[in-house]
Formats: sequence, structure tokens, C-alpha cells
Amino acid sequence: MGFSCFCVAVKIMKETLLLLEPHILKTSLTSQKFFAKFVGGFVFVVICLLSFSAVEGSDFELTLKDLGHKSRSKIKKAVKNLGKQGNSAALPALQALKDNRLRVSDDGTLIILNEAGDVGREALTDKQVDIQSLELRKPRINNSVRRALSATIGKLQLQSTDTTIRLSAAKQLLKKSSSGLVELVEKALAVETNVEIRGVFNIVLAKEGLNSDDKTKRLESLKIIREFGDNDFKSVLEALLKKNENDEFLESDLEIRDNAEKALSSIERRQFFINQTANLFYGLSLGSILLLAALGLAITFGLMGVINMAHGEMLMIGAYATFLIQNLFKQYLPDFFDWYLIAAIPTAFIVSGVVGIIMERSVIRHLYGRPLETLLATWGISLILIQTIRLIFGAQNVEVANPSYLSGGIQAFNGVVLPYNRIAIIVFVVLVVISVWMLLQKTSLGLQVRAVTQNRKMASCMGISTHKVDMYTFGLGSGVAGLGGLALSQVGNVGPELGQLYIVDSFMVVVTGGVGKIAGTVAGALGLGVINKFLEPVAGAVLGKIIVLVLIVILIQKRPQGLFAPKGRMVDN
Amino acid sequence: MIKNIITLHSYKGWFFIFSLLAIATILLPILNIWVPEDSALHVPNYMFALMGKYLCYALVALAIDLIWGYTGILSLGHGVFFSMGGYAMGMYLMRSVGKEGVYKSDLPDFMVFLDWKELPWYWYGFDSFAFTLLVILVLPGVFAFIFGYFAFKSRIKGVYFAIITQAMTFASMLLFFRNATGFGGNNGLTDFKRILGYSLQVPSTKISLYIITACVLFVSYILSRYVVQSKLGRILTAIRDAESRVMFSGYNTIHYKLFIWTLSAFLCGIAGALYVPQVGIINPSEMQPSNSIEMAIWVAVGGRGTLSGALIGAGLVNGAKSWFTVAAPDYWLYFLGGLFIVVTLFFPKGFIGIISRLFLKNKVKEST
Repeated sequence: MGFSCFCVAVKIMKETLLLLEPHILKTSLTSQKFFAKFVGGFVFVVICLLSFSAVEGSDFELTLKDLGHKSRSKIKKAVKNLGKQGNSAALPALQALKDNRLRVSDDGTLIILNEAGDVGREALTDKQVDIQSLELRKPRINNSVRRALSATIGKLQLQSTDTTIRLSAAKQLLKKSSSGLVELVEKALAVETNVEIRGVFNIVLAKEGLNSDDKTKRLESLKIIREFGDNDFKSVLEALLKKNENDEFLESDLEIRDNAEKALSSIERRQFFINQTANLFYGLSLGSILLLAALGLAITFGLMGVINMAHGEMLMIGAYATFLIQNLFKQYLPDFFDWYLIAAIPTAFIVSGVVGIIMERSVIRHLYGRPLETLLATWGISLILIQTIRLIFGAQNVEVANPSYLSGGIQAFNGVVLPYNRIAIIVFVVLVVISVWMLLQKTSLGLQVRAVTQNRKMASCMGISTHKVDMYTFGLGSGVAGLGGLALSQVGNVGPELGQLYIVDSFMVVVTGGVGKIAGTVAGALGLGVINKFLEPVAGAVLGKIIVLVLIVILIQKRPQGLFAPKGRMVDN
Repeated sequence: MIKNIITLHSYKGWFFIFSLLAIATILLPILNIWVPEDSALHVPNYMFALMGKYLCYALVALAIDLIWGYTGILSLGHGVFFSMGGYAMGMYLMRSVGKEGVYKSDLPDFMVFLDWKELPWYWYGFDSFAFTLLVILVLPGVFAFIFGYFAFKSRIKGVYFAIITQAMTFASMLLFFRNATGFGGNNGLTDFKRILGYSLQVPSTKISLYIITACVLFVSYILSRYVVQSKLGRILTAIRDAESRVMFSGYNTIHYKLFIWTLSAFLCGIAGALYVPQVGIINPSEMQPSNSIEMAIWVAVGGRGTLSGALIGAGLVNGAKSWFTVAAPDYWLYFLGGLFIVVTLFFPKGFIGIISRLFLKNKVKEST
């Protein structure tokens, strides 16, 4: 009888665990094994102590039930007992109790509410219950119970079979004081196989080891901190180096102080390195966005000498084209929604390119050789485009969602996340720059463009239709801007004024890099992006930007033709 | 000198200008004060604030015409000089509010709001009107001189100059948007109470400010006319048309460009200072790149290279703006954008060009 009771109990426990902690399903194989061992190990015990095991099996249930007891001391006792039993199946109920989400029905069944508090499930069977129909009571807990709860939850989490739970529990220990848990952590460390979790455990122990009386242990702890510690340890280490009001060190041992200092500087060095790497990445990311915005301008301004103030609006049109494609996919192909971005690439290019070609044919064509007039006329076009978009889509920003494969990011270092969309933009920019470069260098259209750039009359004499080349070049520049808009829609807001935000920056990039050189534009954009990001923490975002603008103005004084300008002297007019 | 000034215009021309001035400064105020309100000839009070604003814009257009229309240097950063004058005047007006602000403090309201305990050093002196006047007259010019010296020395011209002036105004706008810069951040300076002890709310102060603006515009016009008709003005036009040839003829073009650039900024700063008490607010959006480009279009619409064209253009465009923003706000940008395109494509000489073409046709007809 006892044996069958035990089997049922194990089965229930297993089911509850799997149901309550669905993420464990991922590691269900290991948990199966765990349970096989569990069962195997206990068969012996069960045979020896038939009657006792029946108590043992339902003991968990009984203790768990006590969580809903009316008396606080009983609850506390139950919490402690659950900790002693070490069964992580109790975690959801404990967590719920801590978060005030645990309820008790009339017959003593424990019910766990979800976060919103509108759905309840039985703690033991995970069956959904109708919480409206039941009379529910909230177990009352106080701080002493809460303390016991935290300790037990921490302990159970450390013993959990799920590595992610263990890791997060270990990290929790790092943040909180864990003095009472040293033994527990040591035990957990002894059986831990995961390297990352071991590392965290070691740091936790090191943090506690600092407070120990044993000097060698303290030194060892400092060594570990020096190697693996992060910013959180700075205050602890600084406390070791403090002086009291009599100008004596609080820490009397010179060797400890020495080591603490070393650990501190090594942490600072590491943090500095991490920060700089993060800055570099974000700088490159900003630079790549600037580059996409400026590349089209480099083509129209650099190659054709046309100041296109409506260039920013080409970005905006590309972004809105992306928005439209997204909506079409949402409506007609919701199953393939993630693919909308791929479909938007040619669309954004073509839409912006066509608008650009219309602009060139209708207005700019008549203004070649009069750059200042072109500037004003294209500014007029930009106003019209902005207002048109505003009337069609409204003045508010529209929402362009990231496809699922671009949301989230890689955790590169402690606290530094590299978002996928920014990485994707960097890759995208590289592809776009290579294609544009290939187009200009390796195709016959590119050859014609370069010929017209160098000597329009001569190219015309050689049979090149300069008008057509102008049109295609302008279309290409605008199309690339449309691609820029597509990329921007993935990292920023899409609104009618999108283009205005980037127009000044784009001009700065082109002017800094030097007119007519793709390489100059690339260098200009990445340089400006990186400088901007490195200045930001020092000077603040706005002041950093101002400094960059001032630097550019100064740079133009020194090199009026940009960094990558062809050498030589010439007279205009 | 006086003889030179008299020969600027024909007697007919002088008569025309002085009658305009008389209408603006004498007749209109009389129509406001002595004509009863229900009469059709009565000029309402709000007209003076509106016209005062337009006259300030006209002064800006005059300044831009000097540098762009006559010298061929397009500046997209005149909003900075305008705002410099405006902020200087705004600081004086702010200081003269005294303890009558919302917080009853000696400091301007926004500083109390930011929990600042004392006046930043660059606010010292703005209690005095004489000092403020000095700043208004000197600061934009000095700033322009320094900026222009380096830009012209490196032979930055054409679109490059346009772009770096745009960067200048953009950077200044960002700077003034910061609360920490100490000029009221986003909101700028506003809630002025009085100027030189006279309340800004009463009509008499508004009319006086309007008359002063009209007179300043008149003097600036004569000054500009004097400059562009002098030998120096001839060289400026030559620089516009063929700078290299002027240089090869032995002129140091930097000096000429620098002079007219500084003069232009000086006039623009005065316009800003006159603008602020009449409009009642100055904030960083005056330095938006789009504002400075709009200033250029005033001149283009009226007619580049003609001083009267600049004045007319400022009036026409801003009049249209006032009308559109009331009657059809959604289509104002279409109108403005269309104006940019149509004027540059079809009427490079602007309004004056159209008029003179019409007159010229008539003359040709008469002679045949």
C-alpha cells in the first residue's frame, strides 16, 4: 500500500513540476533521468521503511498545504520545512506567497494567481480553477516569514535542475547579502557542472570570503575578485581602502590593502575597456546609420554637384514605404509577417528612386550649374513632400515593428547588449556600400556616370546621353536614400519630420568626407558616428553634437574640400 | 558725404520714400488715435504689432539681400544673428521684469524654476539698457566677423558656405535648447512686462516701437543703398559675378566680403532686438535651419539684387503666411514650397523682375 502511495506521490510531484514550470520541459530529458534516479534511490528506502515512506511522500503535499495556514508561525515552519526537503516543485507556490499571489480556498486548496490576478491555478495539480466562484482567503505573512521565504526560495533555486534558474539565483546572491548562505553556495558549487554558474558562485564566495577572519581566505577572495569582479565590487573594495578620521586605514593589514587596490584598478581597467568597446560599437552603429543617410547624398551631391535639400525626405519616403509594406503583410500575409522587411527593400528603393527621378526631370534638370537655386528649389520640394505625407498619414509617428529575428540582442559583456537590429544595419550598410561601389566601378552605367562627372561636354560628345545618366544617377542616389529610410525605420521613429533630423548630419558627413568620393563618405560617416559616441559620456548628448558640429566647421576651414579631396589647385567659375 | 547720400535717389524717388515713411510713421498712428473705432479708416491696435513684425522681417531681408543678392554669398545662418539681437533684448526685458514674475524672485522665472541661486555671469549688465544696446549693436557683428574671417580666409564659398552656416545655426539651436545654457531652454525668454519703464501691454508703447522700427528700417535702407551704390558696392557685385577675376585685378576680396557679411549680421541683430519686444517671446526655434532658409526665400521672391525687392518680398511672403495660417493652414507649406520652386525656376529676378518686365514692355510699345 505504502509503495503505491509513494508512486502516486512521485508521479504527482513530477507532473506538477512539469506543469508548473513549463520551461523545465526543455530539459525534460534530464528531469526524466533525475526522476528515474530519484525513484531508484527511494525504492530501497521505501522497501525498508514502507510505512514511513508513505508519510514522506505526502509530507511534501502536507507541508505545502501549510503555506495557506492561518497561523503565521505555521506558515514559517512550512516554509522552512520545504527548504529542508529541497523539492523545487514548491517554488511556484513559495514565489506566489512572497508576491501576494497565493490564495487559499475553503477546503484548504492552494491556488496560485497569475500576475494580472485574473486566472488561478491549483498549486498541486496546476488545474485552472474558476476564482470567481470560490471564496478565497489570502494567507497573511510578515517580514519574518518573508525573510524565511527569500532564503528558502534562494536555496531551492540553487538546487533547481534548470540551469537558467540556477544562474539567475546565483546572480541574485551577488546583488544581495548572502552571508547566511555560504555553506549552501559551497555545497551547490561542489555539484555544479556549468562553468558560467560556477564562476558566479566563486564570485559570491569571494565576496563573502572578504569578510572572513582568515587572512589567506581574504587574499584568495581578492584574487578572484580581481580576475572576475565587476563594478558592483567597487564599493566593497573602496570600503577596504577607507581611512577613519584619525587618518588611519580602517583595514590594518597592508597586504590586504595592497591587493584590494590592485583588484580595484583591474576592475576599473576592465570596465573602462568594456565601456570603450561599447562606445565603439554604438559609434559604428550610429555611423552606419549616418552613412546610409549620407550615401545617397554623396552620389547626388558628390557626383552631380546637386544640393538636394529634399534628400532627407527621400529617407522619409523609404521609411513610409516600409511602413506600407508592413501593413500589407499584416493584413494579407500575416503568416509571413517576418518577411515584410525583405520585401520592403526593393520597394523602398524603387519608390524613393522614382520620386527622385520625377524631381530630377521636373525641377532640378533646369537648374544644373546653379547650386544655390537648386538648394532653394529642392527645399521647396521637401516642404511639399513633408506636407503631403502629413496629410496622408497624419502628423503623428507611425509604428514600424521589428521582425522577430531583429528584436533582442546579444549580451556581449556584463551590461552591454548589442541589439540585433543595429548589427543588421551595420551588415546592411556594408552590402549597400559594396553594391553602390560595384555599380559605379564595374558597370557601364557607372563608367558613364564617372565620365559625365569628370567632363560633361566631352562625355556628351562621345555619345553618352548625359540627360539619361543624370536621371539614373539621381534615381540611384534617391533609391539608396530610400534604403536608408528602411534601415532607420528599424531603429527610430517614423514620422513626417524624419528627414529633417538627418539632413544637416548628412551634409556634414559628405562635406567632411570630401565630395565625390565614396570612401570619403564612409570615413566621414563612421568617424563622425564614433566621435559622437565617445564624446557623449564626457560632454552629454547635446553638447557632444555641438562639439562635433564645431569641429566640422573648423575642419572645413583647414580642408575646404573635405578629408579625401583630390590634391591640386583649381580655379572655379 | 551728404551730397553723396542725396544723389542716391532722384528727387521723385526721395519724394516717394519720404511719403512712405510719413504714411507709416505719422498717418497710420493718427488714424489709430484720432479716428473713431467704428470708422472704416480706423487702424486697429493689433495692426501695429503685426506691421512691426513685418518691418523687422523686412530688415532681415535687407540684410540677406546685401550678402546674397549683391555679393552672391548665400547664408543659411542668419537666424543666429537675428536670435543674438533678440536674446540680448530678451535678457534686458527679463531683467526689467524685476520681482513681478510668477515666483516674485529677483531672478528670471525659469532660473527659479531650475533652482538656480544666482545670476550666471553672462547675464550681468543686462539690467542696463545702454549695455544691452551695446551688446545688440556689437555682438552679432563681432561673431559674424570672426566666423566670416576664418570662412573667407579658407575660401569657403558657394554651397559650402551655405552648409556651414546652416551647421552653425543648427548647433546654436541645440545649444540654446539646453536648460543648462541659461537662456530659458525650450521656452526661451517670455512674459516680458516693460521696456525702459513703459508697459509693453499698452497700445502707446506698441505704436512707439512700431515707429522706431520703421525709422530704423528707413535708416538701414539708406545705409544699404549708400553701400551698394558706392565703389565698394560695385566690387561686391563684381565678386558675385566673377570672384576670380576680381582677385586677379588686384582686389583682396576677403576684405569686401568680410565687410558686407559683418554689416549684414549687424542689421540682422538689430532686427532681432526690435522683434522681441513687439512679439513678446524669443526661443531657440528662431534658429531652426528652416527659418533661415525661409529668410532667403523672402529675398528671392522680392527680387535678389534689388533692395526694394527684398523689402517687398518679406512683406509678400509673410503676408501670405499670415493669411494661410488662418484660412488654410494645411496648404501653407504647399504654397511656400511651390513659391521656392516657381521663383527659382521661372522668376529668378522675383517680383521686381516681373514688374520691370511689364514696364519695359510698355516702354517698348510706346517707342514703336
